[in-house]
This record gives sequence, structure tokens and C-alpha cells, in this order.
Amino acid sequence: MTALAMLKVGESGRVVEIAGGDETSVRLLEMGLTPGVVVERVGTAPLGDPLEFQLRGYRLSLRRSEADLVTVEPC
Amino acid sequence: MSTQVSEQVLRVALIGNPNTGKSTIFNALCGARQRVGNYPGVTVEKRLGRFSQQGRRVEVIDLPGTYSLSPRSPDEMVAVDVMLARRDDTPAVDAVVCVVDASNLQRNLYLVSQVLELGLPTVVALNMTDVAAARGIDIDGDRLGERIGVRIVPTEASRGRGIDQLKATLVEVAQSHTPATQRANVFPETFRDEVDQLERRFANGTSSSVVPRYLVERLLLDANGYVESTLMAGHGDLRPELTAARGRLAEAGVPVPAVEAVSRYRWVEQVLDGAVTRAEVRQRSLSDRIDRVLTHRVWGTLAFALLMLLIFQAVFSWAGPAMDLIDGALAATSDWLSALLPPGMLQSLVVDGIVAGVGAVIIFLPQIMILFFFIGVLEDCGYMARAAYLMDRLMVRVGLSGRSFIPMLSSFACAIPGIMATRVIDHRNDRLTTIMVAPLMSCSARLPVYTLLIGAFIPARHVLGGVLNVQGLTMAGMYLLGIIVAVVVALVLKRSVFGGVTPPFVMEMPSYKWPSPRTVAFRMLDRGGAFVRRAGTLIVAVTILVWAALYFPHDLTDEGRQLVERREALESTLAETDPAAAEAADLEDQIAELDNRIVGDQQRHSYLGRAGHVVEPLFRPLGWDWRISCAALASFPAREVVVSTLGVIYDVGGEVDDDEQLTRLQTSLKNATWDGSDEPVYGVPVALSIMVFFALCAQCVSTLVVIRRETNGWRWPAFVFGYMTVLAYLGAMVAYQVSRLFV
Repeated sequence: MTALAMLKVGESGRVVEIAGGDETSVRLLEMGLTPGVVVERVGTAPLGDPLEFQLRGYRLSLRRSEADLVTVEPC
Repeated sequence: MSTQVSEQVLRVALIGNPNTGKSTIFNALCGARQRVGNYPGVTVEKRLGRFSQQGRRVEVIDLPGTYSLSPRSPDEMVAVDVMLARRDDTPAVDAVVCVVDASNLQRNLYLVSQVLELGLPTVVALNMTDVAAARGIDIDGDRLGERIGVRIVPTEASRGRGIDQLKATLVEVAQSHTPATQRANVFPETFRDEVDQLERRFANGTSSSVVPRYLVERLLLDANGYVESTLMAGHGDLRPELTAARGRLAEAGVPVPAVEAVSRYRWVEQVLDGAVTRAEVRQRSLSDRIDRVLTHRVWGTLAFALLMLLIFQAVFSWAGPAMDLIDGALAATSDWLSALLPPGMLQSLVVDGIVAGVGAVIIFLPQIMILFFFIGVLEDCGYMARAAYLMDRLMVRVGLSGRSFIPMLSSFACAIPGIMATRVIDHRNDRLTTIMVAPLMSCSARLPVYTLLIGAFIPARHVLGGVLNVQGLTMAGMYLLGIIVAVVVALVLKRSVFGGVTPPFVMEMPSYKWPSPRTVAFRMLDRGGAFVRRAGTLIVAVTILVWAALYFPHDLTDEGRQLVERREALESTLAETDPAAAEAADLEDQIAELDNRIVGDQQRHSYLGRAGHVVEPLFRPLGWDWRISCAALASFPAREVVVSTLGVIYDVGGEVDDDEQLTRLQTSLKNATWDGSDEPVYGVPVALSIMVFFALCAQCVSTLVVIRRETNGWRWPAFVFGYMTVLAYLGAMVAYQVSRLFV
């Protein structure tokens, strides 16, 4: 189990849970980061943040601080 | 609203995720028959359009693009309220069109599942079917429609395909008045029971209005959400029950808010299973390959820098010829009208008030259109999200997000297109902060002020072995001052007014596609038109007011009357002189100079000139005399006006647009003395003080009017004017008092 932000480029993880119940975590859920979904890290912005992910057939960009809220298990 | 009218016009709401081509569908449906307004109290634009189908008139309301119907702010509540017929300013809708991206169905159907619960007749426009097909996604539309319980119309809005079918289906569904047959029953039973209970409590309550089930559901789901804050205002007694219900749900293993996303995505997966098939092997698409380059550490940064340079150059320089053309046309119109109308108040009103005011509006059009050409292309092709992605880290330090970068950059050319471009910022507080600080970027209108004063008072000395020039450094210093102050103001605003929370940067990175020329052209015309229609009248009105303050009471002093007499004498001499003789040209020059002095005399004693005298003590700490104070007051419509006002006040004439005139004005400034003494008014400290003032002040009525339009009220423009004026005053005072110690 690790944070989504810790995945290396090219690695995938399966979402276990999202911490917190504030606006950010609701946004993450709405965008499809629900438990069980597989997420692949596809890139990093040139300045090191935000990060780019692929899930549910589309690309999503999150800041490290937001990707830290998501716990994933390797798959 | 009478039933007769509602039978004639069908009303339809258009909703969808961002990047689904919703605006393109709206434009394809309604063409040019659309208008833009505001919903009172929020900053959301109200976009209405019309079309006719089989003799039925259909009115379309384009709702803001959104990923979800869980309102967090009054702005986000608008879409929900319009569809639930809860706004007095918007009649109930007969149907909803939900636009979805066929290549990204999972996430798009999340919103569809929420829309279905509103219980309205619904049509799904399955847009970008071409993109989906190219990616090997095979969609069985009929099967999908059957499962969702709505009619599905495949469209390719960028090519105009499927639009006729969409219109026909829409009229049919709207006339049928049958809600989406099967309300998506996505939630587990425990949750539905809790909603039922709460709904009954609202029905039993004293409140006369019925609370729609969807809102009750939201109340339960969105802890501290916007619905809770509005609904609980009248039902405070229900709060303990609400908390208890949430507690029971958590115990039952369906905690809010997660239960919503989990249940809806489960529904989406069920609906899609077997109705949509993907090619087995996911090949790296062209879009992925482009993205690898454009978000690459080196190539991506380089491409971004070049692109921004291009945009800045375009807004700053390419607009030049068009602006010169407008200037020329205005000058020709002024000359023509001056010849047509007898000299006097009417001529002055028409030429210096109305034509100048209209000019102050259309002069911005080239910059607005050029910027929105680029923004249109970048948004439509999908690069805008990448620009935000690349710049986010930098902008976060200022408390903003990557989306603020392009509006801020454009503000260096002109704050007006910059502020209009803040619509790309999806978060309200980020957008407002960007609007608040954008006018601090040194725009092109400050250049004439800097040029005049730097040329006159800053020594053209080279320092550091001739590499740097003091004049150039001063200019750079003014730009830097604006940036630094903007950063500080943004940080302070984020920590105070906007509550210190950094909004999440959860952003979709849409696939790249070719921008549609129609969408881009539409956007340019739409923004240009919106500026002229909705900001234009106010800008003209203020320009006329300032003209009046400078014109009236139009008295002459004794000295002025002597000037007029001398002018008359010269006129009669001129009439007797051979026009070809050298003396004639000389006489004409003398008359022109007298004209300048007469106008100068009148303006010095106009209401505004007198006001300059009155406020002089206020501006003394800045080192200003009443003439500068008066010019600063007169420049309220636009900063660059200060140069021509100084020209008039110093008897050089108002048209300071060539080098000769500029040199004459600079000489007059150098020779100017305080009234009744030989002490020069100007020097480096006063020049710096004026420049700092104009770097920081909000003397631009067009900017303030555009802020009013973008924020839908006078509150924010008043705030901008207030804080910038205070900063400008203090900054100018510090610049004057400190530099005086060294000079």
C-alpha cells in the first residue's frame, strides 16, 4: 500500500481509499478515483509538480499534495 | 407565465462536462441567434440561444460546463436551480440535453446519472463519435440508450453532423413531457431510505415550498456544502437529524460523501458493460505521442516559452497596425466633424467627448480579438490544460494555479483581454484573485507615461561598464514593481478575503485535436462583441463626464481674454497676407500656439482644473503641484490621457504623438516652476513619483468596467480601484520622499 503520488512513471496502482472528506477528496471521487479503479502514472510536469495520471480511459492531472490523499495497492 | 406562451416556446437546458464540445453544439444549434446576460448575484454568464424546428421555437440555455451537480458555491448552484425551476429569472425548462464525450464515457456518464435524477425529459448528445471511433471504441448507441432510459443522438458537432437529428429528437422529447423513463436508481437501499425519511420531514415542515428530492439527497451527501447552507437556513431544527442520518450511513458501510461516487461509477460500469467495447490493445495514440513532447522537461518547456512569446508578441505588437488604423480613422472622423460643426461646445462634445469615448472602446478590440484567437485555438486543441500543467508549480507559490498564467501574461499587453481571459480559471476564488491583480501588470498604456518622464528626467547614463542604461533600468524597474506588488497582493488576498484555502488542482487533460475554425472564430467575435456591447456604453459615458469636467464652465481669465484678442489680431493680419509668403506660415504657427494657450487657459480653470487646485495639498507629499494633480484626475478614463492632459496644461496642445511634440512637452516640464517661485517642479524624485503612481493606480475606466462585467457587480471594481489607488499614493510618496534624500 502506498500513496498515489509515490507511483513511478509507467507504474499502475489500484485505488484502496481516499483520505479526508473535504472538497478535494470529493473532487477526486467525482473524477473517478473510486476504490478498485486502476490508475497509471504517466508523467510529471517539468517543474516537478503536478503529476499526470491515466484512469477510466482519460488523463487527469493532480498536484502531489492531492495525489497523496489517495492510497493505492500495486497491481 | 401563461400556458399559451409555454406551448409556443420549448425551453431546453444544455449541460455537459468541460471539453465535450458543448459550446460547439450550442453554436451549431443556435448559430448567431444567441445573447448573453448575467444571473443576478453570481459571476456565471447566462447564455441563451434559439432555433426553430418544425415550426416550434426552441430556446436553449447553455449551462456552465461541469463534472458534477454537487454545488459548492452560488455559482455552481445556478445549473441545479435552472433545471429544477428554482430561479425566478429563468422559466422552467421542458427538457435537458446532456452532452457527453463518446471517447470518455465513464467519467461523462457520472454527470448523466445526476441529471437523470432531476426527473426531466432528457436527451444525451453523444459527441465526438469520430474521436471515439479513431481510438477503437465501439459504441452500441441503441443499447446504451435503452439501459440509461433516454434517447441518444450521436453527433460530431465540429463538423455539424447529427445536429438536425438532435434538434428533431429534442423537440419530440420536450413535447412528450415524459421524464427520463427510468430514474437512475444508483444508490443502495439504506441510503434511499434515509433520503425518503428526510424528504418526509421536509414535506411535514412548515415550509410552503416543496424541496425537490435531488436537493434532499445533496443535503445528505454534501457535508458543509452549499445546499446545506441554504436549506438549513429555514430548517435549522433538522440539523441533528441530518447528522444522525450521516452517522447511521457510515455505520452501515455507505459513508457520505464516498457513497455517491462509488454508487454512480458502479452504475456507469453496469450501463457500459457490453454496450461499449474497446480495442483490446491500447496503442499509444497520436495524442499520447504529442503529449510526451509537449509536457517534456526540455522540449515541453521550450515549446511553451516560444508559444507564450508568440502570444505576447501578437497581443503587444501585431495589434499595433490595427490600432494605428483605428487611431487614424478616429482622427479623420474628428477632423471631418470639426470641419462640419461650428466651433463651440457641440463640436467639443462630439469630437473630444463622444468620438474620443467611442475610440477608447474600439481601440481595445484588436488586442481582445488577437488574444481570444490564441485562447480559442489553445482551448479547442487541448493545449490550455497543458499550459496550466506546466505553469502550476510557479503560480502556486503566489497562491494561484497554472490556469492564471495566460491571463496574467496577456495583462502585460492590456489588462482588459487579460481579465476577460480569466474565464479559463475554473475556481471562483482563483479567478477573482487573478482579476484583482491583473491590472497591476504594466500594460502598454503605461508606456507613454514612462517614455515621457524617463526621457525628460532620467539621465541616459550607462552603468556597469556600459552594459546597463539607467533609463532602461528605470523602465524595467517599473515592470518589476508591478509584478512584485501583484505577488504580494495576491498572497494577502488569498490569506484574507479568500479564506486561505488553496483550491484543488484536479484537472482533466483532454486529448489533442485539431481546433475547429468555426469555434475559434465564434469565440473571437463573441468576446469582442460582448466587450463593445456591455462595456462600451459605460466607457463612453465616463469619457463624456470627464470631458465635461474639463470643458465647463469654459471661462477665460483676463490673460486668456488677452490671448483671444491677440489671436483675432493675428487672424486679421493673416487674412491680409499673401498665403504663399513666408510670413503667412509664421503667422499660422503663432495662431496655433495661441490656440494651445487659450485651451490651456480654459482647462486650467475648468471644474477639473479647479479640483486640481483643491486636491493639491493632498498630493504635496508626492511632490506634485496642482497641474500634475489635475492631469492625474483627468486620466481617470485611461492612464495615457495624462500625457495629453499635461500637454494641454503646459500649452503644448493635446496631441503629443510625435517626437517633436514629445520633446516640446519634455522641455516644458523641465522648465515648469512652482507657482510664484523659481523652484522647478520636476526632477528625478517627482518623475519617479508620477511613474510609480501610474504603475500602481487603477486609472483605467475600461478595466474597471470589464471587472464589473466579469464579476457581475460594482463590489470588486470598487475594491480594485480603492486598493490600487491607496497603493499608488503610498508608493508614489515613498518614491518621492526616499529619492529626494539621494538627489
